[in-house]
Amino acid sequence: MLDNLRILLHQGKQYIPDVTTAQVPGIFRGRPVISTEKINEDALAEICPTNAISTSPVRIDLGKCTFCGECAFAFPEKIKFTTDHKIATNERQRLVIKEGDEKMVEVNPGQIRKEISEYFSGSLKLREVSAGGDNSCELELNACGNVNFDMGRFGIEFVASPRHADGIVITGPITENMAQPLQICYDAIPDPKIIILAGTDAISGGIFDGSPALNRSFLYKYKIDLYVPGNPVHPLTFINGVLELIRKRK
Amino acid sequence: MNYIAISNNDTIPISSIPELEYSAFLELNVLSLIRSAASHCVNYFGFPYHDRIKVICCIANDDHHLINISSSIIDAKQSLHSFSKHNLVFEKFEREIHENFGVNYIDHPWLKPVRFPFNRHNKNSKIADYPFFKIESEELHEVGVGPIHAGIIEPGHFRFNCNGEQILHLEIQLGYQHRGIEQLFLEKKKLLQRITLAENIAGDSVAAHTVAFVNLWESLCHYVPSNDLRSARTIALELERIAVHTGDLSAMCTDVAYQLGSAVYGRLRTPVINYFQKWCGNRLAKGLIRAGRNNYPLSDELIGELIKLLNDYEKDFEEVSEELFSLPSVLARFEKTGVVTAEQAAAIGTVGMSARMSGIKRDIRHSHPHDLYHELQHQPLIRHQGDVYARARIRKKEINQSIEYLRELIQNRPQHKQIVDDSPNPAADSFTISLVEGWRGEICHCAVTDNKGELQHYKIKDPSFHNWLALALAVRNNEISDFPICNKSFDLSYCGHDL
Repeated sequence: MLDNLRILLHQGKQYIPDVTTAQVPGIFRGRPVISTEKINEDALAEICPTNAISTSPVRIDLGKCTFCGECAFAFPEKIKFTTDHKIATNERQRLVIKEGDEKMVEVNPGQIRKEISEYFSGSLKLREVSAGGDNSCELELNACGNVNFDMGRFGIEFVASPRHADGIVITGPITENMAQPLQICYDAIPDPKIIILAGTDAISGGIFDGSPALNRSFLYKYKIDLYVPGNPVHPLTFINGVLELIRKRK
Repeated sequence: MNYIAISNNDTIPISSIPELEYSAFLELNVLSLIRSAASHCVNYFGFPYHDRIKVICCIANDDHHLINISSSIIDAKQSLHSFSKHNLVFEKFEREIHENFGVNYIDHPWLKPVRFPFNRHNKNSKIADYPFFKIESEELHEVGVGPIHAGIIEPGHFRFNCNGEQILHLEIQLGYQHRGIEQLFLEKKKLLQRITLAENIAGDSVAAHTVAFVNLWESLCHYVPSNDLRSARTIALELERIAVHTGDLSAMCTDVAYQLGSAVYGRLRTPVINYFQKWCGNRLAKGLIRAGRNNYPLSDELIGELIKLLNDYEKDFEEVSEELFSLPSVLARFEKTGVVTAEQAAAIGTVGMSARMSGIKRDIRHSHPHDLYHELQHQPLIRHQGDVYARARIRKKEINQSIEYLRELIQNRPQHKQIVDDSPNPAADSFTISLVEGWRGEICHCAVTDNKGELQHYKIKDPSFHNWLALALAVRNNEISDFPICNKSFDLSYCGHDL
């Protein structure tokens, strides 16, 4: 008992006091900023492994970006990845960053369904489904609940049963072999329910886009309530995105 | 010679691999190449070859530090005798060849689907209709778990045959994570795309799979990486080992309801993965490993932070570990739970930590060293109990060992060399093998190129491919309530298996 208390004492305070203002340590590839500098745009677009970069004007789609940063290495005067980790939004279009665009990526309160702020603002239980996820987003979503990030303090938790959940968080590009289990799980969640896509693979298929082993038809059927980009998502991106979704009002 | 012996990361002309008649091929591999625990199959796969199938078998000989490669041409319509009848280590490899091409093995003991790939031979074989083993008895019952599990983990289905609370048999059905990665390696032609694919094979083994790929690619391009590159890769591999082992110790504490251990190991993992972020901008090391270059040279400042990290980590890690391994309530759950005997481990060809916990000295860092492991003169840590305790204990000891290696690597850090990226081309008509000891065990990537130097076949084997069967054997005769701790003590990869 005393040994355990001693260990406890030695840990000090590990939690992040305010996750809404916390900075990520060291270098981090968050929201990119694209300058209006003239460069060889085709060469720039050619670098990207997932065709996330389009030209005239230069745009980066964070829903496709793997955040490898190779474009910024090749064209440092054109592209910079800032450490801004708040890049979750409820509008797919908002994930596309244009040159000269320095606006924050935010949740648009006008697009939040009424039920979300009505029912979930103080408590949100989520069922996570990994549908071809490589276990990186899964590790980071687990980390959201650890003693450092402690998402539970906001009443946001992952639960075991879809029956207890208010929504679903999908990771991975959605494989053909997971298409049916995903649908069954979603159907088992009582209404009203939300859908969150966590990670580049879930949002666009990522590097797996176009693979015949995928079946993404689930996504065409429902409104997506939150897109959380990242490869994997950073816990702070996820927590802040969900907080904005349940707290922001029109 | 009816086989060719090569070293890890060698590239050879595909024509130099002897092509044998199937019966001679079988005899060679099951009778002469595998004689003791010092030899095991690291890869055995087939690919389409002039309307037929070329199968290549790679048997590693740990004593001689060589990999013995042989091949044969088979016909999908043929019925063949199986390797598995003679030696169970080939069991899953042959199931894969059967699933992909329809090759019929007449005496295979367990010819069931492996992962239901999109390009499987029999499209009527559906993941929802997997033929589970059944025991007809009014006394027994079945428990089905998954594919979606209670926590935030990947999908897979576990089917238990139980006698009351006791597990008689567990069958593990995988394939839900199949993304068609091996095919994408052929279709995506840009090097960065392939590296990105390697980074996304298994997110808990980013460094290990990516190092396996870049080592293979560089060998295929006859490019010799500098010691600076090798050093960074070795550091990344050992950091990844510390991070995941720590996270697993946390999860094992959770599963035996030792809350403090769970919290402390959980928070100890954070600075380690945050170090990756400081180093390369990503907590799981995505973006760090590149063929022929290093975008993130380790600065003196970063090295200073690593030294401090290791010192801080070690103090708290030792304190909580001392407590964990002396708590009666923890030991009662760990000891003699989920035992895999040395005989079982050898019979099914387990690799990595799962082999070492059952007394098998199997570790690529020692037997087929890559990167800077030959300089570290790695000696594998061995346990003999084969239980959850052994798996926890090996993690603890391997973390200590990794910390020592990191200190040594920092001490003897080679000068950073700015490398000119001249994008060399892969050799034509060649075969390359790359073995890496990740935290989970041996990863094997193999590539075959065509006459233009394009990838003709890319084969990935995650250690989980061998080790899932070890989990199934471990839980036999255990209470079903001990399944979670057994599962976590192995922490096998679903996506690494399903590809």
